[in-house]
Amino acid sequence: MELILSVLVGVLFAAALYTMLRRSIVRLAIGLTLLGHAANLLIFTVSGVTRRGPPIVGEGRTAPLIDSADPVPQALILTAIVISFGVLAFLLVLVKRVYQTVGSDDSDELVSTER
Amino acid sequence: MSLLLTLPLLLPFLAAALAMLAWRWVAVQRWLGVAGALGQLAAGVALLVAVRDGGIAATQIGDWPAPFGITLVADLLSATLVVVTGLMGLAVVVYSFGGLDNRRESFGYYPLLLILLVGICGAFLTGDLFNLFVWFEVMLIASFVLLALGGERAQLEGAIKYVTINLVSSAFFLSAVGILYGLTGTLNIADLAVRLRDLDAPVMETTVAMLLLVVFGIKAAVFPLFFWLPASYHTPPVVVSAIFAGLLTKVGVYALIRVFTLLFVDDTGFTHTLIMVVAGGTMVVGAAGAVTQQDLRRVLSFLVISAVGYMVMGLGLFTAAALGAALFYLLQDAIAKTTLFLVSGLVRLVGGSFDLSSLGGLYRTHVGLAVLFIVPAMSLAGIPPMAGFVAKLGLVQAGLAVEQYLLVGAALVASAITLLAVARAWSEAFWRPAPEGARVELGEFRAASAGERVSMFAPVVALVALVVVLGVAAQPVLDLTMEAGAQLLDPSGYLDAVLGGDR
Repeated sequence: MELILSVLVGVLFAAALYTMLRRSIVRLAIGLTLLGHAANLLIFTVSGVTRRGPPIVGEGRTAPLIDSADPVPQALILTAIVISFGVLAFLLVLVKRVYQTVGSDDSDELVSTER
Repeated sequence: MSLLLTLPLLLPFLAAALAMLAWRWVAVQRWLGVAGALGQLAAGVALLVAVRDGGIAATQIGDWPAPFGITLVADLLSATLVVVTGLMGLAVVVYSFGGLDNRRESFGYYPLLLILLVGICGAFLTGDLFNLFVWFEVMLIASFVLLALGGERAQLEGAIKYVTINLVSSAFFLSAVGILYGLTGTLNIADLAVRLRDLDAPVMETTVAMLLLVVFGIKAAVFPLFFWLPASYHTPPVVVSAIFAGLLTKVGVYALIRVFTLLFVDDTGFTHTLIMVVAGGTMVVGAAGAVTQQDLRRVLSFLVISAVGYMVMGLGLFTAAALGAALFYLLQDAIAKTTLFLVSGLVRLVGGSFDLSSLGGLYRTHVGLAVLFIVPAMSLAGIPPMAGFVAKLGLVQAGLAVEQYLLVGAALVASAITLLAVARAWSEAFWRPAPEGARVELGEFRAASAGERVSMFAPVVALVALVVVLGVAAQPVLDLTMEAGAQLLDPSGYLDAVLGGDR
């Protein structure tokens, strides 16, 4: 399972970078989204993929009853997903405004600030 | 103590929330902006005094003990930076009264600026690596909107570049955090420091160190990762450029210092040598870039990059004196850069343009403005008696003490090029006669009320005075930064404060 996920993380990173290197800024937005997914899946994979129980500690005990999965990576991923959701919403509006103002989604048209 | 650590975050956050509620009343938002920044400054000063007297302060949010909950921790470095953040925030808010158009002011500028200040201080105060990522995102989303606010074509172009590079660096940051968690099972920075010491996985450790160097290097705009900065920093209104130039790259520098003094100190022969190479490149390339630019704000943007090189140099040298000098450099540079960007806004108002080729003759008409520009500019070049001289002297001495002659040479060369760049900008804008068809004072400046003019000039004058005072009476501040440098090199105080004695 780890092997499959590792390969998937690699493929996602590669796909993200390839998509971002295209000239279209819509593709740029898609690439950035993929990049976020790749990072999240990486956290999931490196912190150990298991089929164990929920980390619930019974009353009066100091450790979980059964061998449990680590909840922290999932909390991290959840936080990262929420953040990337907000950023993505901003990015899409930005891309739309750029398209309206520049009249093209070709990033080569975005050169006037480089003078 | 716990209240003192949260106040620099809570006060501006509260002001931001109230400013959102007062959406239609710009005047109320303005004063909430002042209140928020002033509150942050006051809380920062109180925190700095407490930390100087009582040692490193730490508080566990929600009372969860250290490695499990989120820790806020303030050592001298963090506390000093919080004070600087509050001060720059205050100066920029006051300047915005007169220096920002009403349309932007009424579209949420003040709440966004306050959120930006919260994000920056959060990054300075957190003791948890994932929490640092979250504060970075808070800071970024506020800066994204501030950069694009107004929606001019150049701004949108700058925003696309800025957003892209920052999201890439966020993804790398997240990956590095994930790998570190997989290696050690913790994200608390102090706990990480303890566990990395015992960890025998040099390859993975170096991988994470390099990932974080790239991540924070992008945020700090070091060579060769700085290209986004001159492509975006000159596009928004000067108040936004000023706060970005004064503070945002410093957050990257802070994160580099924190991580490479606390976590990755096993293999300094590799990591810190690399940091020195990066520092040398940043100083020289940034200064050289500044000489070639025609837009005053782009000259200043390149000088922002050059200055980052000096701070990173202090980290690379890795002695208490070097880190202390780097912190002093950071303080004076934050003040000088913010001032210069604000002055460039005044230059546009009275001279009609940011473009050096169409400016000229301002010395004849605006002597005071010429002085306000030259003082912080000379500080950047390191001319006594300005604060920049003390900072560069400290760095050069620290470099000579550990026999890094090449890096010291690079620092001095970059200093000379910086002098050339600012002297050229000054002589073109102020000294030479106005060129044919030079544009004149903008109507918006002529229409500005006396109160608006005061709001623009007062913070600039105050900051310029501060640059001189920091240079002439440097010793008390230098003592503070040297103490901070010594504290950084001896992590046991930080670890004790966060984890308690029983680690």
